[in-house]
Amino acid sequence: MSFETFLVQCLNSLQYGLLLFLVASGLTLIFGIMGVINLAHGSFYMIGAYMAYALAPLVGGGFFTTLALGLVLAVVLGYALEWAFFSFLYEREHLQQVLMTYGLILVFEELRSILVGDDVHGVQAPPWLAGSIPLGDLMTYPVYRLFISGVCLALAGSMWFVLARTRLGMTIRAGATNREMVQSLGIDIQFLYRVVFAAGVAIAVLAGMVAAPVSSVYPGMGNQVLIICFVVVVIGGIGSIRGALLAALLIGFVDTFGKVVFPQAAGVLVYVLMALILLWKPDGLFKAG
Amino acid sequence: MFAWLVMMRSNIVSVLLGGFALALWPLATGSFGVDLVAKTMIYAIVALSLELLVGATGLVCFGQAAFFGLAGYAAVKLSPEGAAASLWWLLPVAMAVGAAYALFMGALSLRTRGVYFIMVTLAFAQMAYYVVHDTPLGGGTDGIYLYVKPVAAIGSTLLIDLDRPLALYYFVFGCLVAVFGFLALLGRSRFGRALAGIRVNEQRMRATGFSTYPYKLAAFVVSGAIAGLAGFLFAVKDGFVNPELLSWHLSGAVLIMIILGGIGHLRGAVIGAFAFALLQEFFKSETIFGGFAKHWLLGLGLAIIVSVALLPRGLIGAGSLLTHRLTRTPRVEA
Amino acid sequence: MSALGVLLRATDVTRRFGGLVAVDRVSLELQRGTVHAVIGTNGAGKSTLINILSGELPASGGSVQLRGTDITRWTQARRARAGVGRSYQRTTIYPTFTVLENCRLAAQARHQRPWAWWADASACAVSVPAARDVAARAGLADVLDRPAGTLSHGQRRQLEIAMCLATAPEVLLLDEPLAGMGAEETERMLALLAELKAVHAIALVEHDMDAVFRIADRITVMVNGAVLASDTPDAVRRNPDVQAAYLGSQQ
Repeated sequence: MSFETFLVQCLNSLQYGLLLFLVASGLTLIFGIMGVINLAHGSFYMIGAYMAYALAPLVGGGFFTTLALGLVLAVVLGYALEWAFFSFLYEREHLQQVLMTYGLILVFEELRSILVGDDVHGVQAPPWLAGSIPLGDLMTYPVYRLFISGVCLALAGSMWFVLARTRLGMTIRAGATNREMVQSLGIDIQFLYRVVFAAGVAIAVLAGMVAAPVSSVYPGMGNQVLIICFVVVVIGGIGSIRGALLAALLIGFVDTFGKVVFPQAAGVLVYVLMALILLWKPDGLFKAG
Repeated sequence: MFAWLVMMRSNIVSVLLGGFALALWPLATGSFGVDLVAKTMIYAIVALSLELLVGATGLVCFGQAAFFGLAGYAAVKLSPEGAAASLWWLLPVAMAVGAAYALFMGALSLRTRGVYFIMVTLAFAQMAYYVVHDTPLGGGTDGIYLYVKPVAAIGSTLLIDLDRPLALYYFVFGCLVAVFGFLALLGRSRFGRALAGIRVNEQRMRATGFSTYPYKLAAFVVSGAIAGLAGFLFAVKDGFVNPELLSWHLSGAVLIMIILGGIGHLRGAVIGAFAFALLQEFFKSETIFGGFAKHWLLGLGLAIIVSVALLPRGLIGAGSLLTHRLTRTPRVEA
Repeated sequence: MSALGVLLRATDVTRRFGGLVAVDRVSLELQRGTVHAVIGTNGAGKSTLINILSGELPASGGSVQLRGTDITRWTQARRARAGVGRSYQRTTIYPTFTVLENCRLAAQARHQRPWAWWADASACAVSVPAARDVAARAGLADVLDRPAGTLSHGQRRQLEIAMCLATAPEVLLLDEPLAGMGAEETERMLALLAELKAVHAIALVEHDMDAVFRIADRITVMVNGAVLASDTPDAVRRNPDVQAAYLGSQQ
């Protein structure tokens, strides 16, 4: 492998890893704050990708307009879903949450099939991001992929900032540990949860939208990303943001290089990684941090 | 006391009635019906294997399809090309494959608990899926065929020829009865009581001197073996295996079966399997839904949401709720 | 004090949680035929100490010995099988099982036989009689068939003790067995403890000072994780440090 190829694969790994980290963060956020395990989180990612495909012609092709519209729709969707469905799951056992959100996956998949069909679609990156930057003498690297990495870092960073450094974040974290206490302080915990959930959905949708030009849009993409997110959480350690980042990057590298070096075993490598890490650390890389 | 006797007897009666109905079913129906119920009975066996983990021990495993599918693949791959394999060794080997993967999965996931445990089991099942889907071991998405079905013979006398649908049906029925009976005995044995104790209060189990990890691992292995039996039967019935047998959708379906029927009861697993099969047939029916039938997963998804929301204790739970209302015996929530 | 009767010995046991020292070099001896009470304010580290002795929590330092054998690294289950019994402050029973089954399952720990999958556990010739015996001693003979979740609070505490005894332990670690009990139930429990004292070595964490001074042969006072005083009840009562730190408000 030439150095340029190696560099390209490294950048690809980084981009994939950061994307996974972003989606996994949304999943962990909802689980950490509301205690709900949401299998349909992958479906939001898929919805984002399909929105990127379906909204672009409607909006007239402006990239950021599409993103903004998608974001608004995502927040509305998240808000409505929390009110209509997820708020009933907070008190339920994990098994029931797993099954009800599994049913939701089926519903979303079929609705997508009915509304948009089962075809695979490509999505164009906006022209001003569609170029490439040179790497060495022979290779170039797509600017858009760097853009994805940047967006993921920015979103994840802002999420961390809001949670760790703002009053809203403090209230949210307090609500996670002691619901009644926060309520008795006069804060509307229902509304807070709705906001957090909408944020989680928006993150997944945005990730799907931003990744669409690179991953294309196809049925089953939601489930795929969901399961890899689970692997991220398992490897990283549940509740640990540090762990999720490290795990996502590890998976990004193993998967990307795996496809190049061991194409026949590519899909399995990530799980082998997981098995090895669990052998070494049964609770994942980091405990709740 | 009287009410308890009534309930007890009605359990045994319902099980016996169900058994008779299944035994007599082929007389009442044609080959499609026989095949459908044979398939459902195989699902009931997987559901029973999962009930041992979820209902008896409290371990919510989202990876049952791995044991099921790997055993099915083993059955096909280990069968000789042109001749019938012998049931005497192929069946135990397939079960052993299921048990072996369960041992592997259990050893690595049992140190975790709660949601984390659910995720880990799902991930390990996906691992098996990708091994079968991507690597040359599995034959890819097309799957592999079983050309000659196994038989059970002593010397040159043919005892069981699984190529004949009726023989297969009754063999599956026999396996279902055997598994049900075994799990019923296991449930009231010391091992089974220990599993129940682990489910209700693992802390107390450890404080009294039970090392709970070996018990949970053993439950995993037994569950894997039983799911492997089902996988073997499925592979033999269809003469074909493909990676979808290890799909997490199958794992999800089995979880739905046991929650639909009622967790904590062996009958629940069987009832749930049949209820799920009925739901599937209902939503797939073109006579009812016309062209919309190809989107049957939508109806199924909604049915899952509604049934888990409204009947968290399943069909049996709904039944027992009714009985308790009628007889007014005190109920203790777990 | 004869070293012959010492069943459980803790030496300089320490437990740290990050920067916090919850148990600070505590040493303790439990002798057969005695009740050794551990008292202290909330947060003094008493329950943590019991958790370390029972094996639920690993010690950060120090050692625990059972009849001379170092059990510091042993799991809780292994210690229980070796004769260390424990009752919990917050009732830890099987609420959906009957009282008899609660005791029987506890007794089964000494006679596990998991491979006999065909044998009905409720016909077990070892665990069933043991369960009946232990339930009777704890005063639960007439509620054997009731689901444990329907018992009164006092009866649940009795069941807690019964389950502790069902494994035929030599050492009893009792975490606030009198918690939430009325006067009559307390008397019954104290009578039971007096009976048990003869055969077992008992560690007793308690807040009920009257009960402690009635039944304890030795008292260890803990403050902020460390031992403030460890002596006979009279000596402890007269100890000025103890009076200042703890007993003053109780008198």
